[in-house]
Amino acid sequence: MIDILQFEFMRNALYAAILVSIACGIVGTFIVIKRIVFISGGITHAAFGGIGLGYLLGVNPVLTAIPFSLLAACAVGMLRTHTKISEDSAIGMLWAVGMALGILFIGLTPGYVPDLFSYLFGSILTVPLSDIVIMIVLDAIIVVIVFVFYKEFHALAFDEEFSLVVGVPTQTLYVLLLCLVALSVIILIRVVGIILVLALLTIPAVTARQVTMRLSRMIVCSTGFAVVSAVVGLWLSYILNLPSGATIVLVLSAAFLGSVCIRRLRTAAVRPHERR
Amino acid sequence: MENVIVDMQHVSFSYDSVMALEDINLSIYERDFLTIIGPNGGGKTTILKLILGLLRPTAGTITVFGGKPQHARSRIGYLPQLLVSKFDFPISVREVVLMGRLGRTGPGQHYSKNDIAVALDALDKVGMGDYQDTAIGHLSGGQRQRVFIARALATEPQLLLLDEPVSSVDTKWQQTFYDLLIDLNKNIAIVLVTHDIGVVSTYIDKIACLNVQLFYHGSKKEGMHKIAELYECPVQLISHHTSGSFQAEAND
Repeated sequence: MIDILQFEFMRNALYAAILVSIACGIVGTFIVIKRIVFISGGITHAAFGGIGLGYLLGVNPVLTAIPFSLLAACAVGMLRTHTKISEDSAIGMLWAVGMALGILFIGLTPGYVPDLFSYLFGSILTVPLSDIVIMIVLDAIIVVIVFVFYKEFHALAFDEEFSLVVGVPTQTLYVLLLCLVALSVIILIRVVGIILVLALLTIPAVTARQVTMRLSRMIVCSTGFAVVSAVVGLWLSYILNLPSGATIVLVLSAAFLGSVCIRRLRTAAVRPHERR
Repeated sequence: MENVIVDMQHVSFSYDSVMALEDINLSIYERDFLTIIGPNGGGKTTILKLILGLLRPTAGTITVFGGKPQHARSRIGYLPQLLVSKFDFPISVREVVLMGRLGRTGPGQHYSKNDIAVALDALDKVGMGDYQDTAIGHLSGGQRQRVFIARALATEPQLLLLDEPVSSVDTKWQQTFYDLLIDLNKNIAIVLVTHDIGVVSTYIDKIACLNVQLFYHGSKKEGMHKIAELYECPVQLISHHTSGSFQAEAND
């Protein structure tokens, strides 16, 4: 396994896997406990509009996707206070509009569109160093913001109304949380692709919840699960010549199933003892 | 002379076209112990949310501690109706109670020693001091309710709003709880909302009967005399099982 690291693309892939896992572990945990998985899906797909715009303008699509996903996050965040449309319908529309814009922009782009598949399905082996740098910056922003607002986000996710009553600016924090989701999406797009982003934002966190009832431990565990699964998935995809994003997601799913089985076995082992 | 802390003048509230509260006039004074009873959908929770400024009245005015409701929140302790869907949430009892201190601790700051002392004291008051490291999901419904009461107390309020506070706690603890409320009531005003007339029992100071309109609001002495009327009012508590003691007392 070590010898494959002599290739630069392999080293970049490993860095990408670790950077992705940090975003998944932290933001994914809040997505799962705040139950905003569908909203995160909407933001993810809206980001595709930005990818398309990048192609049309001839700049790095990851950079144009950032304002797109942030805008989508703010729009979704404002929605619940400013309109009477039901939230899930609006997200469904945002989801489709983002994709439609992306397709339109790509259609307008003259000539051949390279790498499009890597944004849809992910391609951890082709992540360039420039994108690694973007990922480091975005990860740093996420870590700092969550560190500062840790107890506020925790309270917001648990009981938003009470948080508001004790003086937490819940609406602003909610939009901020969605913006963190948007940044995570950007970090993930290159590695697993738009279609599989949601898997990485949810499966590690849900797996972590099987093993702990503490938020801080849940963040650490889900980051750990994501790192291990991403590295194992990367290695499997390399030796078996499989698509990397899909392999990583399937390894994550297997880890989740394993955690559920272990939990079942543990509670099954405890129960008869309790009965006596 | 006791001061008015909550003053509602001709307050109405409707959710879209459904009238939830109509022309409510209600004053709550310092050190009041007001019980609001009424059927489900009678607007009891709505009235609490109006006092907290979580909802704005469609008509009329509300003054809380002499100003707008949303500016008075830091002086109010709130026990919302029990959250049913969050049992698997990763949060400990201690973290839940500390939420009561959130407004006093800015982002990026740790809770102060004083905050932690107040929170633990509140937990002790509800008899849950031994459970501070337990995950909220590992408690029974009644224990969880007591933790939420502690969280409301941890805000060190001057007005305590309790929405169905004894809905899932056992009867033995209810007695302790009312003793605690009476003790707290020496210094702070309490508004307790319930659809369960059994809990009104002998503890009420003032009673209001709410079913969209406010049907009766007055002192306990009057209230006891008018108890028959109370039962006659549209707030009838049809499916109640433990109202025996209450009726017996009303017949005295």
